[in-house]
Amino acid sequence: MEVKKIMLTIHTKLVEAMITQAHKDHPIETCGIIAGPQGCNLPLRLIPMRNAARSAVFFKFDPNQQLQVWRDMEARDEEPIVIYHSHTDTQAYPSRTDVKFAAELRAHYVIIPTNPIYGDEIRSFRICDGMVTEERVRMLDSYKSEWELAMVA
Amino acid sequence: MQVTVHIPTILRPLTENQKRLTITGFSVLEVIEHMEERYPGIKEKLITGGKAHHFINIYVNDDDIRFTDGLSTSLSDGDSLTILPAVAGGAEPALLHT
Repeated sequence: MEVKKIMLTIHTKLVEAMITQAHKDHPIETCGIIAGPQGCNLPLRLIPMRNAARSAVFFKFDPNQQLQVWRDMEARDEEPIVIYHSHTDTQAYPSRTDVKFAAELRAHYVIIPTNPIYGDEIRSFRICDGMVTEERVRMLDSYKSEWELAMVA
Repeated sequence: MQVTVHIPTILRPLTENQKRLTITGFSVLEVIEHMEERYPGIKEKLITGGKAHHFINIYVNDDDIRFTDGLSTSLSDGDSLTILPAVAGGAEPALLHT
């Protein structure tokens, strides 16, 4: 029987951009999404979001910005492929709050630790019906050329 | 008043996978009541204790109803009502946000 493995495939530049943003925002939790074409499961367009909570232990996308970003994605036939945030003083593992709010069943939930004692690598999870499953992160130095162009557009 | 309601992915199983609905109502609450008649179960996903769930954002056109009249926000013909799950989380225990 074939077992479908879950995995996040992501461009190295996008990972670097998330980490840079997280350290810049520290000690506030950073947050954002990476959009990609519907059904392709490939993150392309990174959109940093404003953390309306301005908290070191909680984030919430600014609701007005979220509406505009979600409308843009719909107009471009995109969906949120990655939803990311940082943990500023705990391990990069979904908290109860993260699990409670996780509503995008197809999204990869990425957590970036910004306290070095919890490591410096991002971790990615699927969260479905309260169940957390960690997945492998496969970083690539290039996508297909047309996707690479979309990322810098 | 006839308005267009934009349904998020997570609620589409309740609306026969429809992304947009045309619903009548003079307020946000009335529209939700009318949706409930057609798609039972959707109301409890949006409202608790007479208020919108804190993990759901509801907008009338460009305005978050938290900053207008909440579920009593009045509607005009042709308005757009958008429902989005709030994206939130963080290291803090969930109990502090219930």
